[in-house]
Amino acid sequence: MSALLLVLSVFLACAVEAVEALTIVLAAGTSRDWRSALTGVGAGLLALTAFIAALGPALTAIPIGALRLVVGGLLLVFGLQWLCKAILRAAGLKARHDEAEIYTRQTAAAGAAGRGGRFAVPDWYAFTLSFKGVVLEGLEVAFIVVTFGANQASIGLAALGAAAAVVLVTAVGIAVRGPLDRVPENTMKFAVGVLLTTFGMFWGAEGAGAHWPGADAAIPVLVGFTALASLAMVAVLRRTSRIHRPQAEPVSTMEVP
Amino acid sequence: MRVLRGFLRFWYDFIVGDDWIVAAGVVLALAATALLAHARAPAWWLLPAAVVVLLTAAVARAARAGRTSTPGAAAPRHTP
Repeated sequence: MSALLLVLSVFLACAVEAVEALTIVLAAGTSRDWRSALTGVGAGLLALTAFIAALGPALTAIPIGALRLVVGGLLLVFGLQWLCKAILRAAGLKARHDEAEIYTRQTAAAGAAGRGGRFAVPDWYAFTLSFKGVVLEGLEVAFIVVTFGANQASIGLAALGAAAAVVLVTAVGIAVRGPLDRVPENTMKFAVGVLLTTFGMFWGAEGAGAHWPGADAAIPVLVGFTALASLAMVAVLRRTSRIHRPQAEPVSTMEVP
Repeated sequence: MRVLRGFLRFWYDFIVGDDWIVAAGVVLALAATALLAHARAPAWWLLPAAVVVLLTAAVARAARAGRTSTPGAAAPRHTP
């Protein structure tokens, strides 16, 4: 069960970030130069691979108790931030991530920027835009892959989940030839927030020396607990935002449950 | 020096984000769990309780900030 949840967590987190990176790469490629944009993607993936290759073995050398404490804490911080934003979006208090709008904005900015190449790259702007997009969106995923994999002693399984997400998003992106604005991104972010928070609690407590009733069987219970608590917050926020804004239009039904 | 400051700033933003209270709360909750476990008392319940408290507080802060600024701009920090 925990292996399945591990792969699911990495897959969802990676898919969300891959959708965002795809939007940036598409904007750089269509409005500027595809060769430079794809070179940027390759360089970005190389940088992420180097990060994983350096961090992965270093993490496995740390005693498992200390590793779980530190990684649990970091996952809790990440997970709570993802969840906080997902709750606000679901309650209509924060604008949802709109890939079509981001694509239009990025394309306009890329079209207006000056041209010029450096080294063997014909369009430096397209290269750096793609490179930054891949590295910044991928860094959190690389961290999740390494920490989940090291904690469960299955970096290969975590990497498989990440690779599956990247391949799927890339394939759909090529088929659609546009930003993936129909992906239920906010629902996925909600799910990732729940899973990161769950694993953060589980590993953090174990690293601190606590023992979970039922050992690994506590993980699905924690998933349910975190999801229910978050959904309750969405319901309360929706109700209070209606009270605070009686003139406003009702909050539209969102894909986030 | 500027490069070092930029490097540290990047990692601070990446790990802590702009709601440092969540990060500080997580550290405190983990420390309290370790203390309870060290005293051989049941400690597993503390983190789930801390998650509810920290998440409620973070959401309430962001929602308040959203109501006092433009609608739809409530959240802090970069997009995850």
